[in-house]
This record gives sequence, structure tokens and C-alpha cells, in this order.
Amino acid sequence: MAPDTQAVPAGTTGPRWPLPRRLLGSWDAVLLIALAAVVIVAAASVEGVGSPRFYRFVALEAIPIALIALPMTLVVITGEIDLSVASTVGLTCSVLGQLWHLGVTSLPLLIGLSLLLGAVLGAVNGVFVTVFGLPSLAVTIGTLALYRGLAYVVLGDRAVADYPPAWTRNAVAPIPGTVVPWFVLVLAALAVAFGVLLYATPVGRSLYAMGNNAEAATFSGIAVLRTKFWLFVATGAMAALAGVFWTFRFASARADNATGLELAVVAAVLLGGVSIFGGRGGLVGVLAAVALLVVLRNALQLASVPANTLTIVTGTLLILSVVGPNLVRATRERWRRRRPTTTVEGTPS
Amino acid sequence: MSRRTRVVTTAVLAAMALVLGACAEDTGAGSGSGDAGNPTGTIREGLKITFLPKQVNNPYFETSDNKGGKPAVEEFKGQYAQTGPSEASPSAQVSYINTLSQQGTDVIIIAANDQDAVCGSLTEAKAAGAKVITYDSDTKPECRDAFVNQASPEGIAQTQIKLISEAVGPEGGEIAILSATANATNQNAWIELMKTELAKPEYSKLRLVATVYGDDQDEKSFQEAQGLLSKYPDLKGIVSPTTVGIAAAARYLSGSSYQGKVQLTGLGTPNQLRQYVKDGTVKSFALWNPADLGYLAAYTGAALASGIITGKEGETFTAGKLGEYTVGANGEVLLGDPFEFTAANIDEFDF
Repeated sequence: MAPDTQAVPAGTTGPRWPLPRRLLGSWDAVLLIALAAVVIVAAASVEGVGSPRFYRFVALEAIPIALIALPMTLVVITGEIDLSVASTVGLTCSVLGQLWHLGVTSLPLLIGLSLLLGAVLGAVNGVFVTVFGLPSLAVTIGTLALYRGLAYVVLGDRAVADYPPAWTRNAVAPIPGTVVPWFVLVLAALAVAFGVLLYATPVGRSLYAMGNNAEAATFSGIAVLRTKFWLFVATGAMAALAGVFWTFRFASARADNATGLELAVVAAVLLGGVSIFGGRGGLVGVLAAVALLVVLRNALQLASVPANTLTIVTGTLLILSVVGPNLVRATRERWRRRRPTTTVEGTPS
Repeated sequence: MSRRTRVVTTAVLAAMALVLGACAEDTGAGSGSGDAGNPTGTIREGLKITFLPKQVNNPYFETSDNKGGKPAVEEFKGQYAQTGPSEASPSAQVSYINTLSQQGTDVIIIAANDQDAVCGSLTEAKAAGAKVITYDSDTKPECRDAFVNQASPEGIAQTQIKLISEAVGPEGGEIAILSATANATNQNAWIELMKTELAKPEYSKLRLVATVYGDDQDEKSFQEAQGLLSKYPDLKGIVSPTTVGIAAAARYLSGSSYQGKVQLTGLGTPNQLRQYVKDGTVKSFALWNPADLGYLAAYTGAALASGIITGKEGETFTAGKLGEYTVGANGEVLLGDPFEFTAANIDEFDF
């Protein structure tokens, strides 16, 4: 490790460090290197991994996870969590399908209503957490079951699938001249928006303060509850967007759509270096983690690794995701203690 | 720039170069089997045939794929594989279909978790040159080349009425149906066809007195079976065309004084009913033989990939030990009448 790795832990830094430093906290670096290594090794050893189609499939699979991981990162940084996201996707799919079934044929209206529904579902979580002061873990486990149940009330065990072929084709259409699905651009735009919010606004920086000590944050004038409420609303809306994409990508609205997706999202957020206790982490690591998980999974599938082994690999990664960032941090702490801090603070490289 | 930043940047740039270098559209070459089937053709050797069940680790699909599909593929010297998600979800299946189409599999044999959700990726796999066969659960017809259907609704209805009639005996009497949910499409279709069947003169002594719904829940089915017997003391037989229902009813009957007096038949699996067949609660029950289903699916896929058939109605091909089959309407190949399990053959099966 280079001597300058004793930088303050990623994300906890205030405005002291210039932006590139904060973007490349050391766990982020580990993830990006791991991602690059997986891509290089897999492309060299597994047939088909380097192909354009591979990246197209990877992108399509990563989009819904990444869409929800963006707001989830912010939520977890504040020390909260939202486990109801996959059920929000399912309920959005069901309502979208039912609306279409009942004769709502305007695509913008369908998308608008879906996003509104997602925002309302998120707001319900937000109200329970911020107004009634209940722990988000408990609240969103409740709404995880509730929203999925409602999805079955709306659609039962039916599937609505008779959308215009143009809609379903367009959902996965590539950017002309490439194989990259155009929806990646939507994701990129939203990632930039969330990035700006987190890294370049006072609100974004206050999220870390809330995660470290909500009480102290409140006393220093940060609108903790209001901010958290809107984060839950944003999470609901983003989950709904993922639901719209899901419905048209698979051309099928079902009540059980995206069951279990919350685990993929939370796995990516934790592997991305966001502390489950709040106060630490960032979007670069999370997006790298989404890519890493999806690429790894697809590469292993192409290498004909059986599903059982795949589950073990995913589980191991999850454990690593909790242990890894802490280990990296602990190592740095030890480094710092071993060499009394004569390091030049504030003048990186 | 620190050393770490340089390392990271280099790695990221290398990865991006790989991604971008690959970003030119690749086109799959079709296997070009021509327009019409060639009934006198033979199965090509070395075909890569992969089974994609609803989920792996499921005894039913382990039987159909490994005990039926695998021997078939070995008979015509192909390469057999089974892959699939550990949970029965359409989106997980899509990811596996995409994997198979990238691997250049010749034949994909899939039990679809959703008739629509897998369509896009199957269409892509077909465009890349794969032949797509559905078995157990079909997709929309345009998304696959053929569907190997385990049983027709008529066949199921006829077999069940035949079995209950045999079990109850020549005197006949009152019978009841223990179904799954009241709005299950396939159950209702079978029940209607069973009623048609009962109207035939040879079954004139059987009288259907009730149809109850156990909602495919073990406990509810158990209670409904119990309720039937207290409400209809003269009941002679129960038909339960659902695996949950028949197992619950068998458990109730075997522990009651009605065992052997009230007959039970329906659709079930050997593993759940083995003990009840042995203790005499159930004389016989029906289901298709999943091993035969996998076997036929493998031969259907091979016949398609070898150009013997194209999936049009009326084409014929030979499926090894099962004999000759004809492609029906909508590319359907029907396995045959349901298979009857009795005390004599139940130990040959493990699913």
C-alpha cells in the first residue's frame, strides 16, 4: 500500500479532500480493481464473456438493481434501510398491468401513475419511520409483506402480457449503432443526479452526519426527519421506475415480479462499501459492486457453474462485503497508529 | 497522481478497452434446416441439448431431465446438459436462456416459468440458431418451435373417471371431487371434461355429488376431505386431480375408519403416495411419466435440429423406444395418455 492510504475513511470526509480523492476511497479502489480483474480473467478464460451480447445481457440485468441501489445507498448512509423495494416493484408491476388491462393505453400516463404509486408507497415507509419513529428495518419488513400481498390482491395469479410489441421492444432496444441498451443512459443520468446530490450539495453531506449521529445532526440544524422521509419517497419512486422497466423488459406484469430483488440491492450496497450502521460509503463503490455481482454471476453461468455453487459464491461475496470494508478500514487504522501522523493532512499527493 | 490511483485507472481503462473492443454487433448464424421437414433424415450426432427446468433440485425435473432426457441424448450421441435457476422465477430463467444462446446450444428444452416473460430471450436464442422446445409448461406458440405436452385435458379426465370407476366397482355410487382453487383454469377444464365423461352410459352408476376446493393447501384439503365424508355418509369415492389434494385426502382416509371403504384416486406423485398405495388407501392414481416426457422432449429437439421436422402439423418422427409421434396443431407433440401408478409399479419411480 502506498503511504497515502491513511486518508480519512471514504465518505466520512467533509469538504477537506478534493473530489477525486473522495471518489476513490480505498474500498472503491479494491472493487474497481476486482471488477477489472473479473472482466479480464473471465474474458480470457470463458468463451462468450467478451462478446457484445454478454455486455448487453449484463446491462439489462444490472439496470433494475442499479436503479434501486442509487437511492438505497443514500438511505443506508443515513443509517436506515428499505427492504420493501422488491415488493414495491411487484406492486407497481401489478398495478401497471391492471391499469393497462382496464384500458389505460397512454404510455406516459401509465409511467406517471406508476412513479406516483411508488412515491406513495415510499412515503408510507417514510411516515412510519419519521413520524412514528419506528425502526426502518421493522417497518420495511412489514411493508415488504404488505406490498407483495397487495400485488396479489390486484392481479391474483394472473399475468398481464398483451402490451404493444413496440413498447416491449423499445424497453430493451439498444442505442443505435451499439449493443448498449438505451435505458443505460437513463440509469447514467440518474446516477449523475444522485451523485451530485450526495457529493456536491449540503443535503448530501448532511446524510453522513445523520448516519453517524442522528441526534447530533438534529442539534446542528439538519432536518433529519424531513430528509429521511424524502429519501424513502425517492426510493419508492426509483423502485417503481425499476418496476416499469421490469414489466416491459419481460413483457409480463405478475404479482411475484422481482421477488427477492431487495437482497441483490442490499448486497450491492453493502459490497459497495456502505456501512450498514450508516455514515459511510458512496455511489462509486455501489455501482462498481452492482457491475461486479452481475458480471461475476453471468460469467460463472457461462462457465456452466451449477446454480447451487453459484448460490454459495453469492453468499460468500455477501460475507466478504461486510467483512471486507471493515478489514480495509482496520488495516488502515493500524497503519496510521504504527506511523505517528506526520502525514501531510490536506495536501494529498 | 498517486500510485494507487494509477493502478486503478490502468485497470479500469483496460476493462473499458475490452468492453468497447467487443462492442460490435455479432450475428448468430442460423442452422438453416430448410422449409419442409425431411422425414427420412437421421438425427445429427453431437447435438448440444440443454434442459432448462423451472428450477433445479426439483425431484420432478430431476426425473424428467436426468432419467429421461439424458438417456435419450446419449442414444443419439448428443451432448446432454441440465442448467437452471435454484428458484422458479421467470427472470432467473431469462438469464439462463441468455447464457445458453451465448454458448451456442443447438437445442434448448425449457419448462417455462412464465409464458410471456421468457419470450424475448427465447426469440433471441432462436435468432442465434437454437431450436427451442417447451415441455411441462408452454410459452406463447410463437416463442418456441414445438411443445411437448405431457397430457391432454381429455386424456386426464378420461383416465381419472376410469380409475375411480374401477376402484369403486360395478355397483357405483356417490363420488366427489376435491379440487385446488375455485378459479384454477386447468382444474376447471378437467372437472368439466370429467362431467362429460360421467355422462357416458358406462359410468351411469357413478353420481357426482359435490366438488370442493382445498386451495392446494394441505390443511384445507385435509379438512375438506373430512367434511365430504361427514356430509355424504354414502360416499364411495373421491377424485382429487391435484397433487396437494390427493396427498391430504390420502392422509385423512388412511387414518380413519373409511380406509379401503372410500376409494381415492387423482393426480399425484409416487413419492407422496407410496405409503398410501402400500396400505391400500389408494389403489391407483395417474400422472404422466416425467422420464418419458424428458425422453420425448429430447428426441423432438433432436428431430428439429436435424431437419427431420420443422414443427408443422402432421410431420412425423421416431422418438426411440417410445415409437412414432406426429406433430399436432400449434407445434404440439402429445406424450400420450396419463401413466397409471399402482402397487405393482410404484417402486420403479422416485419423484
